[in-house]
Amino acid sequence: MIPVCRIEDLPEGESVRIEAGDSHAAIAVFHTEGAFYAVDDTCSHQDASLSEGWLEGCYVECPLHAALFDLRSGMPTCLPARKPVRTHAVTVVDGLLYVHPLVPAAQEEAVA
Amino acid sequence: MMRTVTVVGASLAGLHAARGLRDQGYDGRLVIVGEERHRPYDRPPLSKQFLTGEGEPDGGLGPLALTDPEDEAELDAEWLLGVRADRLDPASGAVGLADGRTLRTDGVVIATGAAPRTLRATALPGVHTLRTLDDARRLRAELRAGAARVVVIGAGFIGAEVASSCAALGLDVTVVEAAPLPLVPQLGERMAKACAALHAAHGVSLLCGTGVATLRGTDRVTGVELADGRVLPADVVVVGVGVRPVTGWLEGSGLALDDGVLCDEGCATALPGVVAVGDVARLARPGTGGTVRAEHWTSAAEQGAVAARNLLAGATVEPFGALPYFWSDQYGARIQFAGRREPGDTVRIVEGDSDGGAGAAGGFLAVYERDAIPTAVLAVNRPKPFTRLRRELARGPRLAVR
Repeated sequence: MIPVCRIEDLPEGESVRIEAGDSHAAIAVFHTEGAFYAVDDTCSHQDASLSEGWLEGCYVECPLHAALFDLRSGMPTCLPARKPVRTHAVTVVDGLLYVHPLVPAAQEEAVA
Repeated sequence: MMRTVTVVGASLAGLHAARGLRDQGYDGRLVIVGEERHRPYDRPPLSKQFLTGEGEPDGGLGPLALTDPEDEAELDAEWLLGVRADRLDPASGAVGLADGRTLRTDGVVIATGAAPRTLRATALPGVHTLRTLDDARRLRAELRAGAARVVVIGAGFIGAEVASSCAALGLDVTVVEAAPLPLVPQLGERMAKACAALHAAHGVSLLCGTGVATLRGTDRVTGVELADGRVLPADVVVVGVGVRPVTGWLEGSGLALDDGVLCDEGCATALPGVVAVGDVARLARPGTGGTVRAEHWTSAAEQGAVAARNLLAGATVEPFGALPYFWSDQYGARIQFAGRREPGDTVRIVEGDSDGGAGAAGGFLAVYERDAIPTAVLAVNRPKPFTRLRRELARGPRLAVR
């Protein structure tokens, strides 16, 4: 598991991109709707960073083409993306936020 | 009653129109005609990752594909690929194909896009334009076959992206632009200057204010002779001097053609059952008396649903009003623009600093204004605040920028 930050450093509505080592692509971590979510940072459609996307509820809009992804499932909800992004489990331990790159998120995650 | 709809053009705009028809319940025969032999694919990467990417692209579309088998099953279309439509006869409901076939159809979606403008005498080997996947494959192969010096003619977005990709491949690149400064009509002078500075910052020479007299070479291009007499040696020349809409096949159809197919604000032409989308469509702008033909990826993608709805309704029940948006990736900088800038709009930098050029660390966010009302937004490497302003602009023109 990878430490992200203290939970107070990722306020509601914010996102952060973290490197996940050589063997895993970068991960975007979001704080929205009172919970934390983590998905692969690179949009499944084209080269764009989802951590720079627009958050609306549990959805993030890709900053390049406005593809919309459900952070809970990683599924795209509209074109141009057609493939999901991978989700990753998130946990909070002693106020520290961790991402588990090899563990897909359950549908309800890490309530803040 | 529409029993057959023919979409002429199998790229982004045509595909989205076809999807729009199915999404809105059209269950009749759907025919998609494409001049290229490929299924729909995404063109923006062709001047970027496709040229610079590792490995050899195989014969397929790979990550460029805009459809997968599941999509194609949902579309349930007849694909006529590798054949050009060369005639539209609305009276008899006929689309003629270059191989002699005639398609009978009730509805037509014109999505034939645009083709690169060329210079005279550009049939020389080593001289390229870049529009299609096949164009990109040829260019990619030549850039990797020992070319050392590349001259790009035209410093618009395609030219700048190709120059950036060539520089990334380690080639010696010169860009020639006839205007005193590229992209002024799109960005205005101050921001155009900031973006043009990207070239020099990455070791690419930009020569402005000079036209091309001729291309040198007999069996193969060897150089570019400029109007001022200078000669630039070149192993590869890429011509990126804009496009013209593909409307030649519509001569005699009765459609009004004027740098595109003239449409109302909802992509409908004056002929019943005929709509146009994407680069080829010139839409009316209600309230302005003007027309607009966009060459943006986003317009091509978004017009399809509107055109499909109006085609099926038999009248324009929905206008196309999406905010214009385009982006460009050059030299590691992501440039994004949204809105409707008019000449004379003032520019205000609201984040970062543009004085060091667009490549300066951190990028910047600029808002165009008219009478203190935002009209457009430009960002370099500022995707998040850009999206916020883009959404505010899309919601309405009277929101002040915080």
